[in-house]
Amino acid sequence: MSQATLEIRAISGHAGSVPGAGVKRELEVCKLIDTTTCIGCKACEVACLEWNGLTFSETTFQNSYQTMPETAWNYWNLIKFNEHERDDGSLMLLMRKDQCMHCEEPGCLAACPADGAIVQYANGIVDFQQDRCIGCGYCITGCPFNIPKFSPQARKVFKCTLCADRVTQGLEPACIKSCPTGCLHFGTKAEMKELADHRATQLREHSGFAKAGVYDPSGVGGTHVIYVLHDASDPEVYGGLPADPHVPWTVQLWKKPLKWLGNLAIVAGVAGVFIHYLRYGPKTVPEDLQGGKP
Amino acid sequence: MSTPHLLPNGRVLRYSFHERLVHWMAGISYVYLLLTGLAFWSPWLFWIAAALGGAAVSSQLHPWAGLVFVLAVVRMYQLWGAQMKKTPADKAWLEAMPHYVRNEDESMPSVDRFNPGQKILFWGFWWCGLLLLLSGIILWFTDAIPWSLRFLRYFAVIVHPVAALLTIGLFIIHVYMGTAAERGAFGSVVRGDVSRAWAKRHHQSWYESIVGESSAKK
Ligand code: HEM
Ligand code: SF4
Repeated sequence: MSQATLEIRAISGHAGSVPGAGVKRELEVCKLIDTTTCIGCKACEVACLEWNGLTFSETTFQNSYQTMPETAWNYWNLIKFNEHERDDGSLMLLMRKDQCMHCEEPGCLAACPADGAIVQYANGIVDFQQDRCIGCGYCITGCPFNIPKFSPQARKVFKCTLCADRVTQGLEPACIKSCPTGCLHFGTKAEMKELADHRATQLREHSGFAKAGVYDPSGVGGTHVIYVLHDASDPEVYGGLPADPHVPWTVQLWKKPLKWLGNLAIVAGVAGVFIHYLRYGPKTVPEDLQGGKP
Repeated sequence: MSTPHLLPNGRVLRYSFHERLVHWMAGISYVYLLLTGLAFWSPWLFWIAAALGGAAVSSQLHPWAGLVFVLAVVRMYQLWGAQMKKTPADKAWLEAMPHYVRNEDESMPSVDRFNPGQKILFWGFWWCGLLLLLSGIILWFTDAIPWSLRFLRYFAVIVHPVAALLTIGLFIIHVYMGTAAERGAFGSVVRGDVSRAWAKRHHQSWYESIVGESSAKK
């Protein structure tokens, strides 16, 4: 039996118990992205393609440095470039590395109907198991960050794995390894939070970014990818980073109350007709007319 | 209609071959949709998909079966839509429904080809079918919906199962009535005919119009 199953904390579409629930002692990992020191070199984009051996796809041009409009099934790491006009009229070029946020309460996993197609490891990584994926796309609906992407060829969904394969071997993710400015950091969640807070304080006190702060949204239970932002009060300007991300309420309604209400209604319906039959029996026809058996 | 309703063997033709064919086209596609749909609905029922050839296959075929189902329902509408229209007499029947539930059929007002319960079934399937089609298409092409229109997905994941559940309620009653409860009904949709007694008992107005029709011909 693979030890890896003992590191699993949550399993999508799963009816039984979880093999690794609370079994292994694991540190929660975290990626820290300091948007204030990113230079938009895209080394991380290339490193991601290289390590994961992804196929090449066409890039697009829309009057910006951005490689394509959003991440793709074969492009998991994308620097979003945003020209932002500040209140004083000066311009800023905001660059944010977009990828899976590895939510503590992942909407993709909650939405997925396939047993084991999405797992959450004890270290916080949320990973897709394509051999179990049925290609229904529910995860796309569940994700508040627009991350899972469908491959029409494979009929499966793909996204950033946080280099789970490297991390289990004690390596940092490929994007972190490639970053030339050191704006990307990797470590335990506690360490990264501390480092991020330290950097945000520095920005507020010494660099004139009064609203600088850390992005670790509580609406999804916190994330295993966190940002330092120049202006944490307005994450939307960083290429649509949601200010208060949540698993969509219709997804929550669908997967919890509606499910149990529906199951109850179906059981009650079947029991109802059965009891009706026991009580009243069939409708018979008095055979007083010609025509024989009904 | 041109089909003779009084058969030489003394029985009454209730559903023509064409009607029976359409009924089973809807019925078989619906059962497939129901089973595969339930597999995606609950992890406890995911095994159904495995039994039907694997969950990926079920996921890929479910929407196509949905189109077959919708086609059958549209054809049914063409065949039966007019006869399913609400009539003033329906009110009295619905008021007397407790008798119907208690199998006191002799206390029921006479009905035409379809009783108001069957009409509710038909229109329930018709409108839920429309909702299932619209939401199903959104779910089918989830990945093609841009981020700015994501509310469509949020809407579809609620509408599709709710509409499915409504049809499941109708379906449970329909299957129970058509097999166990109303003896003779199942034959009407397989072989097509019912006894005169059955026709008179359950659809008296319809029966009388047939008898009238055939005696007028003679
Ligand atoms: C009318 C055409 C229909 C279309 C295009 C359609 C399409 C879909 C699609 C794309 C899904 C997502 C699951 C997947 O693909 O793996 C789905 C789920 C489902 N469908 Fe349909 N469907 C249709 C009709 C029906 C009908 C008639 C039923 C009746 C029982 C039904 C019951 C379900 C259920 C229960 C689910 C799972 C919902 C959930 O996971 O909560 N569908 N359908
Ligand atoms: S498409 Fe997404 S939700 Fe559907 S089975 Fe695959 S991983 Fe799960």
